[in-house]
Formats: sequence, structure tokens, C-alpha cells
Amino acid sequence: MSENVLHMDHVTMQFGGVVAVNDLTLDVNRGEIVALIGPNGAGKTTAFNCITGVYEPTNGRVDFLGRPMVENHPQGKMKKLYAGEHRGVYSRVLHPTPDRITKQGIARTFQNIRLFSALTVFDNVLIAKHMRAKQNFLSATLRLNYREERRMRQEATALLEEQNLLHLKDEIAGSLPYGLQRRLEIARALATEPQLLLLDEPAAGMNPQETDELTEFIHDIRSKYGLTVLMIEHHMDLVMEISDRIYVLDFGRLIASGTPAEIQNNPRVIDAYLGVDEDG
Amino acid sequence: MEAKRNHTVLITAFCLLILFALAVVLQTLIPASSSWSMLLTVLQKGAVYALVAVSMNLLNGFTGLFSLGQAGFMLLGAYIYAVLTIPVADRAGVYQYYDGGLIQFSLPWPLALVLAGLGAAVIAYLIGLPVLRLRSDYLAIATLGFAEILRAICQWDKLGPITNGSNILRDYPRFSAMSAGSISLSTLAPVVIASICILFIVLLINSSYGRAFKAIREDEVAAEAMGINLFRHKQLAFCISSFFAGIGGAMYAMFSGSVQAALFRSSMTYELLLIVVIGGIGSVTGSVLASFLYIACSEWWLRGLDSGSFLGIEAPGIFRSGFRLVVFSVIIMIFVLFFRRGIMGNRELPDLFRRRPKSGKEASK
Amino acid sequence: MEFFNANLPYLLSGISVGGQYALIAIGYTMVYGILRLINFAHGDVFMVAGLMMVYLSTAVPIYAAIPLVIVLTVLLGFVIEKVAYQPLRTAPRMSVMISAIGVSYLLQNLALYITGGLNQNYPALPWISDTITVFGAATKRVTVITPFLTIALVVVLVLLINHTKIGMAMRAVSRDFETSQLMGIKINRVISVTFVIGSFLAAVGSMLYFSNYPGVTPTVGAMPGLKAFVAAVFGGIGSVPGAVIGAFLIGICENIIKALDTILMQLGVIQSGLGLATFSDAFTFVLLIVVLVAKPTGLFGEKATDKV
Repeated sequence: MSENVLHMDHVTMQFGGVVAVNDLTLDVNRGEIVALIGPNGAGKTTAFNCITGVYEPTNGRVDFLGRPMVENHPQGKMKKLYAGEHRGVYSRVLHPTPDRITKQGIARTFQNIRLFSALTVFDNVLIAKHMRAKQNFLSATLRLNYREERRMRQEATALLEEQNLLHLKDEIAGSLPYGLQRRLEIARALATEPQLLLLDEPAAGMNPQETDELTEFIHDIRSKYGLTVLMIEHHMDLVMEISDRIYVLDFGRLIASGTPAEIQNNPRVIDAYLGVDEDG
Repeated sequence: MEAKRNHTVLITAFCLLILFALAVVLQTLIPASSSWSMLLTVLQKGAVYALVAVSMNLLNGFTGLFSLGQAGFMLLGAYIYAVLTIPVADRAGVYQYYDGGLIQFSLPWPLALVLAGLGAAVIAYLIGLPVLRLRSDYLAIATLGFAEILRAICQWDKLGPITNGSNILRDYPRFSAMSAGSISLSTLAPVVIASICILFIVLLINSSYGRAFKAIREDEVAAEAMGINLFRHKQLAFCISSFFAGIGGAMYAMFSGSVQAALFRSSMTYELLLIVVIGGIGSVTGSVLASFLYIACSEWWLRGLDSGSFLGIEAPGIFRSGFRLVVFSVIIMIFVLFFRRGIMGNRELPDLFRRRPKSGKEASK
Repeated sequence: MEFFNANLPYLLSGISVGGQYALIAIGYTMVYGILRLINFAHGDVFMVAGLMMVYLSTAVPIYAAIPLVIVLTVLLGFVIEKVAYQPLRTAPRMSVMISAIGVSYLLQNLALYITGGLNQNYPALPWISDTITVFGAATKRVTVITPFLTIALVVVLVLLINHTKIGMAMRAVSRDFETSQLMGIKINRVISVTFVIGSFLAAVGSMLYFSNYPGVTPTVGAMPGLKAFVAAVFGGIGSVPGAVIGAFLIGICENIIKALDTILMQLGVIQSGLGLATFSDAFTFVLLIVVLVAKPTGLFGEKATDKV
């Protein structure tokens, strides 16, 4: 078994009385591409938000690279309201802000693209380099950080070149066509130098050809940057082709996990998800 | 890339030099009795407003924080400056109701100017702790509220030995008294100080931190996902903006010769906000231009609207006190409603001399 | 008892001014609920209502002036919305807020121009300006009338919001702007009605307020406006009853602070006055900041979660 990168331990996220994610345990190992699938509203994006610090899970723990990163147990009003299945004992309360989680090495993209749309393509990537630069506002303002600044610019240029976006670097990000915006968002996430990349529906709105390109692209970035990928996706072709393992969520619960072949033949999954998909 | 940056530096340096030269030449050429001497007033007061407007733009235009506390920080700066620099000999006269006041020393003006900025920044830091966690419109009201609280504190009778209560502070070093040998610096000094400060802000905006600020303005969630600590960066922008608002307040005191807390009402903040809007939210050049235009209109060109005759039209019944401000507000509303991007949009001076790549079609949302 | 009697006037005028703030606060809270806009001009609409009464009362009999002021104020609110806010419906929220500040600036400057900046004496309104005696304290009848009138108007308003078709539309729009548009609700009509109601209450509020404080100046609307907004935030913005409770609380606290020096001296806590009355305005903002930090959604507000 290779090194564990991400481990979600009985994570439950409850909003008021609604349990959006219920007792979710999953593992992602180094170098894997893991897919998280499930019908709309199954709690996939909520799970992402629990990992990246956007939400504070109601109960459970998230380990990153073998160390606890997020942890919580029902508190205050939630003590009474809590309706999750797991009542494990988590004593600590760890809730780093999203920027800290990014700094530890988890980058993400968003379901409905969130670029800095009035800024240039180059600036979008450059901003992701900000957090790792050794500087403070005075040194940056007085240009005493010129070496760092030059390094940031070089790295951003190199990254854009690798992603075939360099010729667009002075374009306004919001004016790019949809497919390129998706790609820029991934490039921007890569610029934070992550070990784990979370992709939230990277193929949404793409045509079959673009989806094929994306498949190749994800394979590429995995080998090139030694990345581990966890992604939410609805395109079954893409998921089946690319994933090493798949987790299936339904109504916030994990209903199956395994290799693509196992998932394709799992009757529960077909009921809950593929069946619905065919009807719709 | 390099060429482009050099181009920018050259244009900026050239404009600054012209401005400085103009300040010196006009100062010596224009006799005080001439009606053109208003031009000097415009340059002086315009420089002060330009600095404060740019500092406000740093928050509202570049970081996306809708703050309305600018008048409060100007007040702090003005008071810190005045309180620290009134010559000891004059204190008995100024603090006549408070036995000459508590403070019995006075600092050289450049030091007091910096302290005015620092004082405002420190208070901004403290205010920022609770307030910067609020959503945009609540932030506006909370900062407006803090400005009002600061004003009430400055006017508090018990602080009279320091702030002189609700009485005016005067007799401190002013621009009009500054000179080098026989050459009066009363115009050059504010222009140079404001230029240095604005230059600092421009450098900040174009640095890595400036990019982080813009990222926060564009999308807080995405900025955070890029590893930008929202609170720390907002706090930083808030403190820096307040620092320069403090310096601007001190300069306002140096320009006007006396200060009183009652001057720094929320309407002053509104005025500054409207200057920023007219100049273009997100353009430093715009804020500077709009400041000078605004001051020129209100102090000089539109004066006639208040005093009976304007552009040769004599209508004392209509052109009486207050009409200027009405015309003004109408112009502002026209800008707000029909030219929302202001004079400059989000372009800067050097952009005007450069042919823009086709990215001109802004993706404004 | 003596202590109570000595300080009763403060309490009474606190309740009264609270009721007046409440009438203004409703305008803020309803507009914010629907447009997510802090209508900075609302306090100035209140001021203009006061000025109109000053000028109209010299031209027409007072009984005609009262309804006329109400109609004209309502018209003003309606026109401001149509001219300054409706064109910016799709603009970023900051633009609309700036437009509101611009309108406020325009109204203040217009008032300054017309009045010449001089304090205008508010006419004595029949009956409500009469002096009466309550528990041995002499006060104007308006002081006593205000809270009852306020509560009566609020009850009517809440009934309107909960039991009429337009009220249902308002609730729908404040819950979800886009969806209610898709459901066939005429957004612009709902918003106009909101401004009409808000301005009507501001007009009534101005009559009560200025009967107590005789002078109308161009900037007189700013402070009550801000306080009313704070009241709306305090009660949970978007909630009408919340705004009313917040307004009463602010009115009472403010008047107690005005009297705090004397109260503390009576109680023997301090020997000489501290000049705390300076802070009666600032206190409102302290309250605001405490509320925003401790419970950002106010007492009765609903929690809003951002979807990522």
C-alpha cells in the first residue's frame, strides 16, 4: 500500500437539520486519481468544502499526509440537533482557514468557475504564487523583493507555457472561452504547488472532444507534477476511463467504493445513480 | 515587458516633474492679489484630496472593501499632527479653556506628520479586528459609525486638555509658512508630500500584495483558495489606507490653518467617495484627476454660481449661496447613473499613451 | 420614587424618539430586505418631509398640509427609486449604494440651497403638539402618542405583509429575487410599493419627530437616518418587528445616556459631570458594532449561508 495522502474519517456535515454529508470515510493514496460520484445533491461538493476549510464539518476528522488537518465534534446547538450516524469521539477542534489548507498543499477548482475574471490570465496565475513568496508588504512595495518577484514571474510563465496558455497571458481571464477558463483554473490551482488536487466537475459543459482532451490533460498533470487527484465528475466515460478508484455518494451517504469495473457492476450504484441517469 | 515598465516609469516621472516645476513657478509668478492665485489653492487642496482619495481607492477600488471611515482617520491624523506641533509658547492661547493643555512639548512637523499616519494606522488596526469580518454593506455602516465615534471622542470635554474639546486647534506649522530662503514652498510642499505618498500606494498596488488585494476584490472564496489569508490582507489594506488618510488629514490641517472635529463629518467621506467614483473606481490617476477637478470646480470655476454671476449670466435670484453644490450633486448623479466607470475607468495614465491590446473589452460583472 | 419621577421625562422621550426611529427604520429594513441596498437617502427623505411641512404650512391650512406632505413624500420616494436605483438593477451592489449616497448628497444640498442653511421652525401641529401632564411631568402630547401610533402602524404593516397578495410578493422577492421574477412577480412594482410604504412611514415619522425637535436643517436627517438603520440591523435586517424593537431600544438608551451624568450623580457614583452626553450619538454605533460582531444577523435575522 502506498502512502496515504488524504483520509476522511467519519466526516459529517449538517446544516440545521439537514445532513448533507453523513459519516463519510474515504482514502486517497499518493499518485492515485480518485473520483467522487453521485447524483445531484448527494453532498459531493460539500465534502470538498469540508476538506478545503470552506465549511467546518459537524463531526469527524480529515487527515492530510498522515497528520490531522481538520477535526470537529458536535458543539453548542449541534449537540442536540446532531443527526449524523457516527458518534465517534473526536476531542480536538481543528479548523484552519482555507488559505492555510492551500498552503499545506491542497489546491482546488470550483464547480462554477471562479477565476479573477477582470484580471489577466498571467495575473491569475501570479496571484497563486503570492503565498509562498518570501516578502512583506514593505519589501514588496519598495521592490526589495525583486528576486522573489522575478522567480514568481518565471514560474508563472513556465506554468502557462506548459499548459499552452502563454499566448493568452495578457488576455482578460473572463473573456476566455469556457474550455480555456476551466484549463486556466486548473493551471492556477497548480501554481499553488499542491500535492493533492481537488477538481470539482472539471468536464462540466464540455463537448466530447474537449472531454477527451481533459482526460489526457489530467493524466499529464499527474505524471508531470507527481500529483494526487480527487475529483467530482458526472461524465461517466471520463470517470471510468481515468479513475483508479471510485467512491459513490447518495443522499450524503457512501453507498459503494471500488475500481471502475466493480462500480459499474454494483447494483446499488445502478439503482441510485446510473438508473436515474438513464431515465433522466 | 521591460520596455513597457520603463515606459510607465518615464511617463510618471515626467508628469511629476512638470507638476513640481509648475508648483514652484506658479508660486513665484502669480501675485497673491490676482484671481489666478486660486490656482495655487487648487493645487494645494487638490494635492491633499488626491492623497486621501487615492487611499480610499486602495480600499474601495482595489481591495473591494466598501469602507466609509475616511473622514474619521483624517480627523485622527489632523488632531495628532496639530496637538503635537503647536509651539509650547502658543499653547496657553490655543488651550485657553484648559489651562494651556496637558502636552507641553512640540515635535518637528515632519515627525508629527509621520506620527499622524501611524496613529491612524494603529487605530485602524484595532477597529479592523472586529469590523473587517463583516460583509460589505455592514462594513460600510460600521466604519461610518467608527468615524462618528472618533469624532465624539475628540469633542469630549474630559479630553479637552489634549484635544481642546470642541474648540479649534491652530498656530501649528502650516504650508503657507513654509519657505526655502526667499522661495515660498507653500504649494510645492503639499504637492511633493502627496506625490511621494501616492507613489508608494501605486508601487504597492503593482506589487505582489496589490495583486492579492485585487484577487480579494474579484472573488474572496477563490482568493482564499489561492492561499491568500483574507483577514490579514484586508487588515493590511485597511491600515495602509488609514495611514495615508491620517497623513492626508494632517496635510488638510496644514493647508487650512486650523482644525476642529466638527469639520470631519460623514459628508466629507461621501465627498471623497464621489471623487473616487468620478475618477473611476480602480484608477489612481482617475482619483488624482478627479480631486483636482473637484477642488477646482468647488473653489474656483463654479464660485460664480454662489455669488450671482456665472459665465456672464447675471441671475442673483438663482445663483445664490448653495447653488454650486446643487449643480455639483447633479453632475455627480449624472456620473453615477450614466458614466459609472468614471473618467478613467480602471485605466492609468500610461495606458493613455499606449495602444491597448484587444483586452479592452472588459469582463465586468 | 423621587428618582423615578426625576428621570421619567428621559424615559418618556426615549420611548417617543424610539417610535419615531422605528417609523424610519421600517423603510430601511424593507428596502434592504428586498434590494439588499442600504438606502442612504432615506434619512434625507425624512428631512425633506420636514422641510415640505415648513413651507406648505405657510401656504395652505395645516389640515391640508398634512396629507399633502404625506403624498409628496411618497412621490419623492417613488421617484428616487425610479430615477436613481431602477437603472442600476443589474449593476454591482456597490454602484447602487454609491447612487444612494449621491441622492443623499443631492437632497442635502438642495435643502441647503433652498433654506440657505438656516434653521427652519417647524409649525406646531394641532392636537399632537399640545402640552399635557403625565405622572406630574409636563410633555407634549406627541411624546405619548408616538409609541401607540407606531405600534398601530406596524401591526397594519405586518398584516399587510402576511395577508395580502402584494405582501406575499414582497416576502417572495426578499427571499429570492431571481426566482420570484421567474414566477411572474412584477419586481419593479413590488419595489415601488416598498418605497411608497417606506416613504409614507418616514413622512409620518418626520411629523412626530419635528413636533418634538422644532428645527429642520439640511443635515438633520443624517443622524436619525443612521440610527434608524442601526436599529434595523440590530433587530435583524429584513425583519419589521425586529427593526421596531431595535428602534425603541436605541431611543431609550440614547436618552438615558443623555441623562447619565445626572443619574450617576443622583446615585452618588460620581461627584461631577463627565460630559457623557457627547456620546449619545456615538453609543448607537457602539451598539451596532457589538451586535455585528456578536450576532451579525441581528436579533431576529436569519442566517445566510453563501453557496460555494
